[in-house]
Amino acid sequence: MVAIGAAMLALLLLVVVAGPSIAPFNAAKTSANSLAGPDATHWLGTDSIGRDLLSRLIVGGRGTLTITFVAVALALAAGLVLGLVSGYVGGKVDLVIMRLLDVVFAFPVFLLAIAVVAALGPTIRNLIITIAIVYTPTLARVVRGPVLSVKRWDHVEAARSVGVGEFRIAVVHVLPLVISPILVQTSLTLANTIFTVTALSFLGLGPPPPDPNWGSMLAEARQFMELAPLTVIGPAVAIVFASLTFIVLANGLREVLDVGNR
Amino acid sequence: MSAPPPLLEVRDLGVTFPARRGRPPVRAVDGVSFDIAPGQTLGLVGESGSGKTTTGRAILQLQPVSAGTVRLLGRDLTSLPAAELRAMRRHMQFVLQNPYSSLHPRMTVAQILAEPLRIHATVPRAAVDERVAELMTLVGLDPAMTRRYPHEFSGGQRQRIVIARALAVNPDFVVCDEPVSALDVRTQAQIVDLLQSLQAKLRLSLLFIAHDLAVVRAVAHRVAVMYGGRIVELGDAAQVYDTPAHPYTRNLLDAVPVPDPARQRARLAEATVDPDFRGREADTGACVFGIDHAATGTAPWHEIAPGHFVSCRFWPRGVTPARG
Repeated sequence: MVAIGAAMLALLLLVVVAGPSIAPFNAAKTSANSLAGPDATHWLGTDSIGRDLLSRLIVGGRGTLTITFVAVALALAAGLVLGLVSGYVGGKVDLVIMRLLDVVFAFPVFLLAIAVVAALGPTIRNLIITIAIVYTPTLARVVRGPVLSVKRWDHVEAARSVGVGEFRIAVVHVLPLVISPILVQTSLTLANTIFTVTALSFLGLGPPPPDPNWGSMLAEARQFMELAPLTVIGPAVAIVFASLTFIVLANGLREVLDVGNR
Repeated sequence: MSAPPPLLEVRDLGVTFPARRGRPPVRAVDGVSFDIAPGQTLGLVGESGSGKTTTGRAILQLQPVSAGTVRLLGRDLTSLPAAELRAMRRHMQFVLQNPYSSLHPRMTVAQILAEPLRIHATVPRAAVDERVAELMTLVGLDPAMTRRYPHEFSGGQRQRIVIARALAVNPDFVVCDEPVSALDVRTQAQIVDLLQSLQAKLRLSLLFIAHDLAVVRAVAHRVAVMYGGRIVELGDAAQVYDTPAHPYTRNLLDAVPVPDPARQRARLAEATVDPDFRGREADTGACVFGIDHAATGTAPWHEIAPGHFVSCRFWPRGVTPARG
């Protein structure tokens, strides 16, 4: 499982890193050859204004995936800090942090995302911030839970009795032991985020054109769905593939790290 | 004869766990007092739930103390600011019961042993590796094994690592909380030997918490018997084991099986039902020794022989101290 997930992830990372340099054509260059079917030059055909679909898929994937990775990285960082502080310090600090996160958690993801992006404007930066905020509570909770248990383990008490400071205990003696569930949850969050990013872009709340991304490609292609099904199938398959990557990876990690046998 | 000043003085130590869902607060430790002299071992025995471990943790300030004082090297630990308390931890260390859970599973032995050295800066940075190797030798482990992880060691070896960590900063006082009860019998003997030889070599004071009476007899100079959060008897090991005065102590000693089937069977046949030690908890009126503590304002505590103290609490109905 992990091997398959890792191979799929490697393909996605190749797209993110290499992007335009492996795309066969300039993704923004139009031509008269519109809505063409697949052939030797245009492997997946062209879109309504004659741009090469494969190239747009690769370059668009770079955009979508970069937003996803950066947003989840931010959510993970915030979730780690909030979850660790909340679980480790406990008491009123825990109460305040968890209730604040509950407020965010209470909104449906899309409603909140649409509201924030609508208020701040549809730029890549705002999209990233929005998604980071939306997914922080989930990750913070996944961190907090095991922290609550690990902080009572004997080796933590042993460290305290040796004279280790609380900050070092939290970071060195507790955090490394709660990593497994966090890895799994992060992977699942990545899968969800792919959908969120493309859905927001589909609704026109993503990065503005001409930068391609899977969501907006899907939205544009929708009008010509019957004439040229490949223009829809391409991005759709890409989205499913990317999401599946992280789900497979999460399942694999769960097996490897053996997160509980419940 | 003037005894050396005690290294550790515990006075009227109390720990109260707060009330929970309609249950009253629990006084897990109540009015516990004792001294430990330099280089001496106090054995703390009692049944599960008698407050032994809580006493040990409270002394080390790992547990909020609700009453009393703990003086180590003359300083009251209960009133120290956090930073000074951390500095004092150099003088007092802890050996926990379960060697399988008291070592960080993702740290190598070298990292585990170096941590206290770095925190208290007792040796120069460059000498840390050397000191780690020295500690390994001290507890009878091969210094070449320091790059391994705890799971690569057996229970006895792990407990040696735990002991090495406790001794890393040259403490004066170590609390050993059931240090051998998680080990098999042969390993127990080795760890007990190790603790005794280290005590002699390093002039350590130990608080040795255990429920195994034979082990405590082997290591302790003085013994305290705990019941219901209080010390019911305190004396030299020989006094407590050979002339137990409190009925609870006698009951505890009688519960140790005899390694002779015939005698053991005979003992079981004549054994009585456990007396109810909770029976009499009167705060007024004369105690079993005939003293009204409430009226005289004295502690419920009687010295029946030099250095041998007995509590007049938890005496079952109808049992009185032997005279003479």
